[in-house]
Amino acid sequence: MVTTRASVEEVWDWLADVPDPEIPVISVVDLGIVRNVAWQGDTLEVTVTPTYSGCPATSIINFEIEAALRSHGIENLSLKRQIAPPWTTDWLSGAGRQKLETYGIAPPQPAGGPEHCPLCKSTAVEKVSQFGSTPCKAQWRCADCLEPFDYFKCL
Amino acid sequence: MSVNGLIRLGDNALVLGQRLSEWCGHAPALEEDIALANIALDFIGQTQLWLGLAGEREGLGRTADTLAYTRDAWDFRNLLMVEQPNRDFGVTMMRQFLFDSWHFEALTALTHHGDVEISAIAQKAVKEVTYHRERSTDAVVALGDGTEVSHKRMQSALDRLWPYVGEMFTGDADDLTDMAALRPAFDAHAGAALDEATLTRPTSDFAHQGGKTGVRHSEHLGHMLAVMQVLPRNYPDATW
Repeated sequence: MVTTRASVEEVWDWLADVPDPEIPVISVVDLGIVRNVAWQGDTLEVTVTPTYSGCPATSIINFEIEAALRSHGIENLSLKRQIAPPWTTDWLSGAGRQKLETYGIAPPQPAGGPEHCPLCKSTAVEKVSQFGSTPCKAQWRCADCLEPFDYFKCL
Repeated sequence: MSVNGLIRLGDNALVLGQRLSEWCGHAPALEEDIALANIALDFIGQTQLWLGLAGEREGLGRTADTLAYTRDAWDFRNLLMVEQPNRDFGVTMMRQFLFDSWHFEALTALTHHGDVEISAIAQKAVKEVTYHRERSTDAVVALGDGTEVSHKRMQSALDRLWPYVGEMFTGDADDLTDMAALRPAFDAHAGAALDEATLTRPTSDFAHQGGKTGVRHSEHLGHMLAVMQVLPRNYPDATW
């Protein structure tokens, strides 16, 4: 039997199908937490950075990355944690930002607050709390449609 | 590089993270409950990084978990400030504001540390702590410059906690940065916020000490550790 080693590009494609456990509409690649994929001899080395240092999703994400790569036949796998440079919301992909908005989560803005309500697009929005349902989100509210919504905090 | 310096940073985050998690399900409003739990989570994450590195550098096989769950009060190296009980919401927010104001400056200084692993943790943590400080500063201003009752409670919280500020700026060879050098930046931020909050900074600079050296913790730490450590001490083989 002849086995060929998956290319790094293929591995990136597989990882693009691994959802974030808390926000399943975006993938771990969209989130920008997969920092590197490389072969070290026979071992595939995947470097992952946490979003927030205490985020409980981090261990689930590692588990899901491992499960996905194993299902594609990767046998020797090493998951490396890298904390520097620290994760920033600048690493969210353009596609990821769009998917967040469609899902009802306002994507991060350098100004420190949402551009508009992700539901009705009104710009009359107000902060309820700097902290929300997960470490990466804040709670905001729309003054026009009156709906509360999550804002993905700039970090 | 001092292992004790790493343990100090880890213990501050651990003890305050545990304290804040005591609010979970009890805070005065749902948003506050969620915020306190989120901040507690950031602290526990930072604890894993600091104590994890301390265990590695020590080289005795201790992990972040063994350091957190199997040491007794006299081996803890946290500031006395963070082990103070939550009391009311005003005391909790004042303690947070005073600690965050110091923590932000300490971590900012540590981002320039020559040891790349220390600087990496500081760079990660200071991003989270920027949000902590913003929130606790807003809360102190809103409550201090709020109603007659909230103002009175915040002034009494400040008077109660001020004697624990001095220890944050004491230093010795175990520290990873010069703590005394952080004082002017702390005074500038905290002073401006307290003015805006219409609160009066106590005139006495008497400082309780003994937390970061481990010489004399307050009686509160042992009670807190009893709750925090009961499970791993009684069931050392327990796993998730």
